[in-house]
Amino acid sequence: MLFGHAITAQQLFGQLLIGLINGSFYAMLSLGLAVIFGMLNIVNFAHGALYMLGAFGAYFALHLFGLNYWWALIVSPIAVGFFGALIERTMLTRLRGLNPLYGLLLTFGLALVIQGLFQNFYGASGMPYAIPPQLAGVRNLGFMYLPNYRAWVIVFSAVICFATWFAIEKTRLGAYLRAATENPTMVRAFGVNVPLLITATYGFGVALAALAGVLAAPITQVRPGMGADILAVVFAVVVIGGMGSILGSIVTGFTLGVVEGLTKVFYPEASNTVVFVIMAIVLLIKPAGLFGRTA
Amino acid sequence: MSVDPIAASPVAHSRDGRQFAGVFLALLALLIVAPFVAYPYFVMQALCFALFACAFNLLIGYVGLLSFGHAMFLGLASYVCAHAAKVWGFDPALAILAGVACAGVLGLVAGVLAIRSQGIYFAMITVALSQMIYFFCLEAPFTHGEDGIQGVPQGRLFGLIDLSQTATLYVFVAAIFLFGFLAIYRTVNSPFGEVLKAIRENELRAVSLGYRVARYKLVAFVLSAALAGLAGATKAIVLQNASLTDVGFGTSGEVVLMTLVGGMGTLYGPVVGAVIVVAMQNYLAEYGEWVTAIQGAVFVACVLMFRRGVVGEIANALKWTSL
Repeated sequence: MLFGHAITAQQLFGQLLIGLINGSFYAMLSLGLAVIFGMLNIVNFAHGALYMLGAFGAYFALHLFGLNYWWALIVSPIAVGFFGALIERTMLTRLRGLNPLYGLLLTFGLALVIQGLFQNFYGASGMPYAIPPQLAGVRNLGFMYLPNYRAWVIVFSAVICFATWFAIEKTRLGAYLRAATENPTMVRAFGVNVPLLITATYGFGVALAALAGVLAAPITQVRPGMGADILAVVFAVVVIGGMGSILGSIVTGFTLGVVEGLTKVFYPEASNTVVFVIMAIVLLIKPAGLFGRTA
Repeated sequence: MSVDPIAASPVAHSRDGRQFAGVFLALLALLIVAPFVAYPYFVMQALCFALFACAFNLLIGYVGLLSFGHAMFLGLASYVCAHAAKVWGFDPALAILAGVACAGVLGLVAGVLAIRSQGIYFAMITVALSQMIYFFCLEAPFTHGEDGIQGVPQGRLFGLIDLSQTATLYVFVAAIFLFGFLAIYRTVNSPFGEVLKAIRENELRAVSLGYRVARYKLVAFVLSAALAGLAGATKAIVLQNASLTDVGFGTSGEVVLMTLVGGMGTLYGPVVGAVIVVAMQNYLAEYGEWVTAIQGAVFVACVLMFRRGVVGEIANALKWTSL
């Protein structure tokens, strides 16, 4: 064998599947970051913490209100989205006109607060969240066993990513959004409520993170540290894809998830670092990222 | 008036020399008194972090680059120094130099990759690079993974001076701190430093004036990395260990917090900020994870209301520019 140990088809496809799952989380998270960056010109360092909040939202919905997974899929992103809108309205809006690095510092501080509070109350260990009964079970595809829930996560997040891309690139609201990104003053002069658009954009980007969190809850468990772990990888994904591009962040997210999965099969020692190594190579060859326009 | 120390921190003039001398003498006096008032190991730890924060501040305060992965330099140097002192039996000075050299080389590599990007992009790249170093330190055999390197000998400096004596060690650490601090003061107030500030104020104009901006930034980055490494290596000798905490994302965030609280772009701000944050950690240690939440709240408060930081506010009130 090439790398000294036998690789079975089951193992290969299994890791590919895990890669696709991780890739769909990367895609949704980096998509949210890209949407927020486009409109507010800040990197949302709280993105990981809000992803975690989404997963906890599902957990609370079940244990406090008796709402099942399907309700959580709707309620948790909306709740976290409104929380995000509140953050934007009360804090981020005060930093407009300053160096964008302050937005980064503020969201980093918020991430510490959220994470610290949850770690304080729930410790570092994970809490299980059951797979919904409708999606339990495994399908035999002949060459591998495919758990239904995992298939659902991949299909559902691909649909959400496509819908977001469509909404931004092909609809009238998306056109307002893109116009406001280019020239907010002008769009305001046309009678569009730009501050509201900005708040809604931040809320939407954050809701995407929370949705990814709900999807992740049955797979990774609900853990206060889950957001911090994934954030650096998502940043690398964004850097590789290029900051400005919606489609770029989706494609890069899925692709890098798969690459990471394949690395686990062929060279497991590098599986944690492969995304960062790719980032370094991309930066050397194309500093603006694969789909980016300017650095 | 918007308060934005990243965009405009005071530019020092030559007449500030006397102010600097006065405040510097006060710092020296504090360094002499401190070990008699506070627990010496606490002071030494604070000094290491103060040097770390000063090195970080060289980038954010004087070049306008926000590195969100500076823990990689602190942590790697700490590991290398601990390994050199413990396994190879290096003299403490030589072990520290080995750590500094590794941090400098890492700074060169990371700098080449990151320096072409600006602002937010630069911050994200440094996060990702430092995460890579974190995983390297987690898996490399010499770092002993989760356990870290324990029981690092403090050894005899130049084979003569016994550093396991607290008083001797304190003088050693204070001397290293002063060396780093003065190196940064000298850098910032040199023609080289003036170019750095010009880049911070208006990079395009600096380019059009004929400065090779990328080279200036890279030199500043390597210098900052090496000084952060000096802090990390010294810390390994003081605390006699090197662990994953030093190389983790949390430490990268802490140094940002120290500098923000003390005052970005001020000479003494990072020192004050480091003392405040280290003290906060020590006194709040019993409250567990509340420390993280409190640090976050301080972060938010500083960004929203207090962007000049402690020293920045004092300097502003006194109209002094040399703090």
